[in-house]
Amino acid sequence: MRAQYDKEHFRQHSLPTPFHPRLAELSQGSSWHCWKGHLSPAYFENVELEYFAIRNACSVMDLSPMCKYRIRGQDAEAFFDRMVTRDMSKLKPGRVGYSVWCNDQGKVIDDGTIFRFAEHDYRLCAYERQYEWLKISAAGFEVDITEQTEEIAALTVQGPTSFAVLNKMDLPGLETLKPFGIMHFPYHGGELMVSRTGFTADLGYELWVEASKALTLWDELFEAGRHHGIRAIGTDALDIARVEAGFIQAADDFTPANHTIRKDHDRSPFEIGLGWLVNLEKPNFTGRKALIREKEKGSRYRLVKLDIDGNKPAHASYIFHDRKKLAGAVTSAVWSPTCKQNIALASLEVAADHPLDDLWAEVYYQRELHWNRVWLRCRVQDKPFWNPPRRRATPPGLF
Amino acid sequence: MNSYDAIVIGAGHNGLTNAAYLAKSGLKVLIVERNPYIGGASVSRELHEGWIYTNCSYVSSLLRPEIYRDLNLAKHGLQVVPFGGGVTLTQSGDYLGSYSNDEARRREYARHSLHDADALDRFSTDVMRYCRFIRPFLLRTPADPTSFRPRDLSELFFLGKKLYELGEEELYEFIRFFTMSIAEFLDEYFECELVKAALSGSGLIGTALGPYSPGTAYVLLHHYMGDIDGNVGEWGLARGGMGSIAKALAGALQEHGGEIRTGAPVAQIRVRNARTKGVVLEGGEEIDAPIVVSNLDAKRTFLTIMDPKDLPDEVLERARNFKITGSSGKLNIALDGRPEFPQLPAGCPLLKGDLHITENFEQLERGYDDWKNGTWSKWPYVDMMIPTLTDPTMAPPGKHMMSIFVQHCPATLADGGWTPDKREAFGQTVIDAIATFSPNFKDLILHTEIRTPHEIEAEVGLTAGNIFQGDLSFDQLMFNRPFPGYAQYRGPVKGMYMCGSTTHPGGGVSAAPGTNAAREILADLGRKNITPEDFGDD
Ligand SMILES: Cc1cc2nc3c(=O)[nH]c(=O)nc-3n(C[C@H](O)[C@H](O)[C@H](O)COP(=O)(O)OP(=O)(O)OC[C@H]3O[C@@H](n4cnc5c(N)ncnc54)[C@H](O)[C@@H]3O)c2cc1C
Repeated sequence: MRAQYDKEHFRQHSLPTPFHPRLAELSQGSSWHCWKGHLSPAYFENVELEYFAIRNACSVMDLSPMCKYRIRGQDAEAFFDRMVTRDMSKLKPGRVGYSVWCNDQGKVIDDGTIFRFAEHDYRLCAYERQYEWLKISAAGFEVDITEQTEEIAALTVQGPTSFAVLNKMDLPGLETLKPFGIMHFPYHGGELMVSRTGFTADLGYELWVEASKALTLWDELFEAGRHHGIRAIGTDALDIARVEAGFIQAADDFTPANHTIRKDHDRSPFEIGLGWLVNLEKPNFTGRKALIREKEKGSRYRLVKLDIDGNKPAHASYIFHDRKKLAGAVTSAVWSPTCKQNIALASLEVAADHPLDDLWAEVYYQRELHWNRVWLRCRVQDKPFWNPPRRRATPPGLF
Repeated sequence: MNSYDAIVIGAGHNGLTNAAYLAKSGLKVLIVERNPYIGGASVSRELHEGWIYTNCSYVSSLLRPEIYRDLNLAKHGLQVVPFGGGVTLTQSGDYLGSYSNDEARRREYARHSLHDADALDRFSTDVMRYCRFIRPFLLRTPADPTSFRPRDLSELFFLGKKLYELGEEELYEFIRFFTMSIAEFLDEYFECELVKAALSGSGLIGTALGPYSPGTAYVLLHHYMGDIDGNVGEWGLARGGMGSIAKALAGALQEHGGEIRTGAPVAQIRVRNARTKGVVLEGGEEIDAPIVVSNLDAKRTFLTIMDPKDLPDEVLERARNFKITGSSGKLNIALDGRPEFPQLPAGCPLLKGDLHITENFEQLERGYDDWKNGTWSKWPYVDMMIPTLTDPTMAPPGKHMMSIFVQHCPATLADGGWTPDKREAFGQTVIDAIATFSPNFKDLILHTEIRTPHEIEAEVGLTAGNIFQGDLSFDQLMFNRPFPGYAQYRGPVKGMYMCGSTTHPGGGVSAAPGTNAAREILADLGRKNITPEDFGDD
C-alpha cells in the first residue's frame, strides 16, 4: 500500500488536518506542534480555561492525527486475539476495547482502542504508527488492513455538557449509548460514528466522519453547543485531564518497544500498570510466553500514581525511598486543578513486595531564574485521581 | 639536525593526528610526506582556477568529536557543516528523498510504501542499537584475545559487557548482522525495491562487493556510526573540502612544535639489530628516530618500505594476503552554473544532499558483475554531491563544484592496465549516466578530474585504490585488523608502529587509528596518556 502524498509535501512538514481552517481561525497563540505529521495546537487561547471546559462544560479537540487502521476479513477477531493481550472474543460488535500489544519479548509496542463495527470489521486507533506491525502480525490470517489516518476526521467531545450538546444534533438514541459503545448515524449523505470513549475520565464522546464532512461536523457541533459552554481545546489541556484520569501516554510514560534502543528501557504491560489487560488464559498471543515468565519471576518496573505533598509539580523528578535510595522517576506530572492535588505518574524499579510507603520526590522548581529544591512526600494511589459517576451514567446527565 | 624522537611516514589525516599527539606529549616529531601537499585521501586541491576540489573523500561524519575538540581543530580552521538529506532518482522520473525532517522523510517513504515508512523506524532503532555498541570501541585499542595480560582481559571484559548490554534477542541479531549481506539485512525490513536500493549504498561504498555479498551489512554500520554534534549517522561537509581536516590537524601539529616535510617520499624504514633506526628517503637522505610510525596501508608498509629481511615470515605472509581490493573511482567537476535535475520540484532541498541513480539491487549487482568481469560498471552506483550548494568557499558565486564517488571500478582491467583513454571512457560513462537526469549538466562542465583506482593508488598511495586501506571484512576488523596479533598498532620490529586506516577502527576520515596508535606509543615510552577518552555517550 502506498500513501497518496503529493511530491510537494516537503514544503510543509506538518500537514493540516481536515479541521485545520477552523483550528486556524480560533488559534490565538499559533501554538502549533507536530502530532504524527499533523498540525496540532497545544492551546488556542489559554490552557487553564481550556482545561476547565473539559471538567465544567464541553471541550472539543481535533483527534484526527490518531493513527487509524481498518481491519476487515473473516479472521479479524482471531487476528486481534492473537495480536493483543486481552480476550477479544469478549468484544462484541458495536463496542470499543482498550488494549495493549507486545512483541515476542512481552514488551509493549503500543496501546490503543479497538472498535468493532461488525462481526468481521474493526478499526484500530493507536498513538504510534502500526501499519508494519499489523502486517507482521497478520501472517496466516485472512484480513485486509487499510491505513485510514488521513481519510477519517475525528473530534473528541468531552465534559459534563457533552451529551447536552450532541443531543441537539439529531442523533436519535444517543442517550442509550453506554461507555465504550458505538453508534452510527446517517450524516449528510455519509455517516457519523459516535463512540462513548475518551481520554479524560469524564462524560464524553468521540465523533468520526469522513474527512470531507469534517468542517460541516465542526460547524454543526459548535452551533449545537452554543449555549452549553462548548470550547475548542488543544493538547495541553487534555494532557492535564488524562493524568488526572491516570491514563498513560506512549512516549511519555513508556517507550514503545520498536523505538527502544537500550536494553531494558522498554516495558511490559505489567510494568506500566496494564496487567489487567493481559489474559494469560488465552492459549496464544504475541508475547504470552515472555509474560508468563515475567509473571513467575516478577517484574522489574512498576508504574504508580502518586499523590505528592505541596503544590510544586514533580516534572521529571527522581523518586527516592526515604530520601536516600533511588526508586525511579516521574514520567508525567501536573497540578490537578479539579482535585486540588499535586499528582504524577512514576516508573519505579521496585520489587512487587517492597512497601511503597516511604517514597519522596526530589523536586526542582524555579522562581525568577533561581532554582530551589524541595523534598515532597509521595503517596501511592490505586484509583484514578478523578473518576466521577457522570462518566458512566446512562442515560447521561445534561451537565 | 637529522634526528627526531619520532618520524611519521605519510601526512594522511591519521599520520597528522598521530604526529600531533606525539608532539603534544613533548616529543620531537617529523612527518614526511611523499606528495608536495598533505592530507592523503583527506585533501582539497585547486586544479581549475577558482574551484577547489575535495579530491578523494568528500563528506565527514566519522571524525571523532573527542579529537576535534581535544586538538582544537575549530581554532585551526575546521568547520563541519551538516547538509541533511539525499535522494535517489529513478529512470521513470520519480525519486525517493531522504529529507532531514522526520515527517517529510516518512511521508516520502510512504509515497512508495506505507509498510516501509513504518519499517524505517524499526530499522533505525536496530541500526542505532548496533551503533551504540560499536561507538565506544572507536577510541579503544582492540583487545588481544589470546593474551592474558590484565589490560587485554579488561578490554575483553568491556567487550563482553557491551555485548551483554545489547540484550539477549538483540545479541543474536547482531551476530547474524556481521556476516549478512546488505540485501538480506534490508529484506528483513523493507518491501520496496527503491527503498532498499537507496539504503543499500552505505553497505557498498568502498567495497568490491555487491548487495548480495556477505559482510556488506556491516559496512553500512561503518557509515552510520559517526555523528555530527551527537546526531549519530548524520553526515556533513568540511568547509573548504576534506583538506580542511588535514589542514587543521597540521595546524595542531605545528602548534605543538611538530615539523612537516612534503615532497619527501620514504624509500625504507631503517632497522638495525631488530630495532627501528629511522627512515631513508628516496633521494638517499637518512633521518634518525627510534620511533617510526607508518600511515601507509599494511601492504605498502610491509611490502614496499620495509626490508623483508627485517620482518617475520608470518608478517610478510599476512601482508601478501591482506585483502585490499580496489573498486572506487572519483570524478571532481568544475561547473559553470547549477546543474538542473528537473524531476525534483523547484526549491527541493534534496539536491543539497547526496544524489543517487541506482534504483534496485539488480542494477547494483550488475555493477558488481561488471567489476568482476574486469570492467567499470556500465550503470554505476554513484554517490554525488554538489557541495557548493552548502559551502560558499569552493567555487565562485553562482558556479558549482560536483563531487562524484563511483563504485565498481576495478583496479585492473580485463583488457590490461588503465590508460588515459580508458580513464576518459570511464569518466564519460559516469557523465553520460548523470546527464540522463540533468539536461544542462554536460554543457556546464569546465574541467574534470577523473580518478580511477589507478590514479588513487598512484597519487594517494592507497594500494589498489582501496579507500579504507584494507577491506572492511569481518576477518580484517577489530583485533584482526590489519592482522591477528598486530592489531595494537605495534609493528613486528621494536619502535615501529602503524597508524593508518589499515588499523582499527578502519577506513574513513575518523582520526581514530592515528589517535589510538599515539596512545600505544606513549604507553611504550612510559609517557602519560594525553589522547582523549570517548565522550561516553550512553
Ligand atoms: C575516493 C575516496 C573517497 C572517499 N570518501 C570518503 C568520505 O567521503 N568520507 C570519509 O570519511 N572517508 C572517505 N574515504 C576514505 C578516507 O578518505 C580514507 O580512509 C582516509 O582518508 C585514509 O586516511 P589515512 O590517514 O589512514 O591514510 P591516507 O590518507 O592514505 O594517507 C597516507 C599518506 O601517506 C603518504 N605516503 C604514501 N607512501 C608514502 C611514502 N613512501 N613516503 C611518504 N609518504 C607516503 C600518502 O601520500 C598519504 O598522504 C574516501 C577515500 C577515497 C579514496
